[in-house]
Amino acid sequence: MSKLLGWRKIPIGTIILEAGSTFEVRTGDWRTFKPVIDHNKCTRCGLCYYYCPDGSITLEVKDGKIVKVDIDYYHCKGCAICEGICPVKAITMVEEVK
Amino acid sequence: MAKVIGLTGDEAVAYAVKQCDVDVIAAYPITPQTVIVETLGEFVANGELDAEMVHVESEHSALSVVTAAALTGARVFTATCSQGLALMFEILYITSGVRAPVVMAVANRALSAPINIHADHSDSMGARDSGWIQLYAENVQEVYDMIFMAYKIAENRDVLLPTMVCLDGFTLTHTLERVEMLDDEVAKKYLPPKPTYPYPISAEKPATYGSLALPDYYFEFKMQQQDAMNKAKEVIPKAMEEFSKVSGREYDQFKAYAIEDADVITVALGSTGGTMRSVARELRKQGYKVGSLTLRVYRPFPAEALMEALSGAKVILAMDRTLSFGAIGGPLFEDLRTLFYDAEKRPLIADIVYGLGGRDLTPAEAKAIFKYGLEIAKSGRIPELVKYVGVRE
Amino acid sequence: MSISLPKPEYLAPGHAACQGCGATLIVRQVLMALEPDEAAVIVTATGCLEVVTTIYPRTSWRLPFVHLAFENAAAAASGIETALKVLKRKGLLKEKKKMHVIAIAGDGGTFDIGLQALSGALERGHKFVYICYDNEAYMNTGIQRSGATPYRAWTTTTPVGKKIPGKPQFKKNLAGIAAAHEIPYVATASPGYHVDLIRKVRRALNAPGPALLHIICPCPTGWRHDPSKTVEIARLAVQTRFFPLYEILYGRKYIITMPVPKPLPIIDYLKLQGRYAHLLRPEMKGEVEKLEKAVNDFYKWLERMAEATKDIPLPSWYHV
Repeated sequence: MSKLLGWRKIPIGTIILEAGSTFEVRTGDWRTFKPVIDHNKCTRCGLCYYYCPDGSITLEVKDGKIVKVDIDYYHCKGCAICEGICPVKAITMVEEVK
Repeated sequence: MAKVIGLTGDEAVAYAVKQCDVDVIAAYPITPQTVIVETLGEFVANGELDAEMVHVESEHSALSVVTAAALTGARVFTATCSQGLALMFEILYITSGVRAPVVMAVANRALSAPINIHADHSDSMGARDSGWIQLYAENVQEVYDMIFMAYKIAENRDVLLPTMVCLDGFTLTHTLERVEMLDDEVAKKYLPPKPTYPYPISAEKPATYGSLALPDYYFEFKMQQQDAMNKAKEVIPKAMEEFSKVSGREYDQFKAYAIEDADVITVALGSTGGTMRSVARELRKQGYKVGSLTLRVYRPFPAEALMEALSGAKVILAMDRTLSFGAIGGPLFEDLRTLFYDAEKRPLIADIVYGLGGRDLTPAEAKAIFKYGLEIAKSGRIPELVKYVGVRE
Repeated sequence: MSISLPKPEYLAPGHAACQGCGATLIVRQVLMALEPDEAAVIVTATGCLEVVTTIYPRTSWRLPFVHLAFENAAAAASGIETALKVLKRKGLLKEKKKMHVIAIAGDGGTFDIGLQALSGALERGHKFVYICYDNEAYMNTGIQRSGATPYRAWTTTTPVGKKIPGKPQFKKNLAGIAAAHEIPYVATASPGYHVDLIRKVRRALNAPGPALLHIICPCPTGWRHDPSKTVEIARLAVQTRFFPLYEILYGRKYIITMPVPKPLPIIDYLKLQGRYAHLLRPEMKGEVEKLEKAVNDFYKWLERMAEATKDIPLPSWYHV
């Protein structure tokens, strides 16, 4: 938790100037199951990217083509939508081991 | 030379707004504010004012439109009164909360029920805690002048609070008076530069406006608003002084008549101030030690300046053109009483409630009010803490 | 329309939306329609989306974002659209990108409390896109019924009682209400069909006036379904004709964008959602049939409208 600032220290009017600052919030610890990609099965179609409510599928793109699909475990909440929509069943939910 | 023309209060608002180079206007018609919107509509339609009129479907949307528009750094304006102001109520707090320097004319009108279109202050008084600066005009010239001052104050970077310019319905909105105009160039020089907002909406610096603050931050934002109100106490006299210089018309937070040695001083808001002054003048001629004060700034309450101005009086009569049902007295009365609670020499302070729903305060009644004050001064006793003037039993 | 990958992530992760949230999924897909030389000011109504993305001192938004109140998203969007227009005209706008205005509100902020402001904005013709993410109840306050809650759905204010089994009324036809304003573009969409959805947002952005998208928004928390089922349910809504996908141009021309000639039984859609659990009881068969009939009647009416208006030519901006 960041230090709470006083009223003289924060911008006026409820404004937040740091765009996208929730990025630093770890929502990954909400998970009980985590999606694991089998890169041998993955066809890099990118469908999971479009259907992630948490923007937690990262794509490596070269010349307009997806070359690698990864999961951002820092943010992924483990909803398992990606497992369900993957057309080649390349994503499996695996129990988190803490 | 400054141009002089005859204008009603509503027209005066529109003429001033035009000279303030406003960008976005949104308003919904309500008597007696309508002429403001109609006149501005004419200016825009004729190309005399390069602004957009948003013809909203309600006052709630009117204030929503201009509040959001202000966040882009545009100069904005709206006008309403009575039921319209009541419908805006939710957004009033949001406008001040996001610190949008909106200027709004309030053509003071009584609140329903019973429905009534005439002047009293129950509409704007209900909004006195909403974080808006409130200015009250005594005559049409002041209406015109206050629009310029309102922008100067609202857009001041130390303030950034929305500002109401209140003018009594019909008494000022529909009465033709002589108005000395400001030269366009003078007006332009007086007004703050654009953007009117320090963090204008921009894709290059994408900010979030109107966020959710939980108990860990909400209080801090409210403290900022309180701080801005406190700063406005310093900014307002300066803005008025500067306006006096450019216009040649004397402005201060209040307009006082013969208060220096007065035993009885009435304190009023709006057009009633003129009646009280003229009657006080008459009574002075007859040797009565009475004075009058018209308060131009109600929020922030100019406490220190008022304390100094009124401290010599034996009796202060607060003139409340509203009722605060169930309270000890009207809002002006309560503010004045609180002000003097810690004073070394405490004047007797009584409340006069008058003029609801547009009922005229006659010169005879005004005279009786001063005489009532003199009685209190003589006896040292307030017979009725709240006196209702002009109502039938 | 080309979707070049990867798109900028305008909604940063780390927000507090529930697992499997339909609203943040919709927002991601909606914002994928923006081209690199475009930006948008996002204006929201009070609601889940606003609450989970802007808890001070952090925000998920990487676009300018404005929230004022519950019922005024369309009015606030009107104000921003108007102001940007004037500032541009006066040479006071310093933006490199083309600025759109996108209002986003839930069903409460659209069907109910925000309908007046929405109607005003549509009638005035502001150039903006209005997105309604319809999760069919007041989810932010804890699943109370709205004008968008479907027939016989359970909510906390339309409980399944012995006498009244869930909401007794059908939902409003929002697309019809919007289309009655004869605005250039109205469409329904589902986050289960991302290409269709993004294409419709693109058309909405291109439209020469107001555009409204009514998007079905599964809500695991309020609909009582498994978070993993959000997309499946969003697709079943279409496949059962519960939520047909169509467009209305200028209030006149109807286009079914995803025809469903052979619908799946509506029970396939209902049975995945706890809010309809009571409809699986044998004595509720009649209620399910009533719902199914209403859904099919509406779809047939849509087909007739599409057929009757098929000769009306498409405007050039439609082609994306």
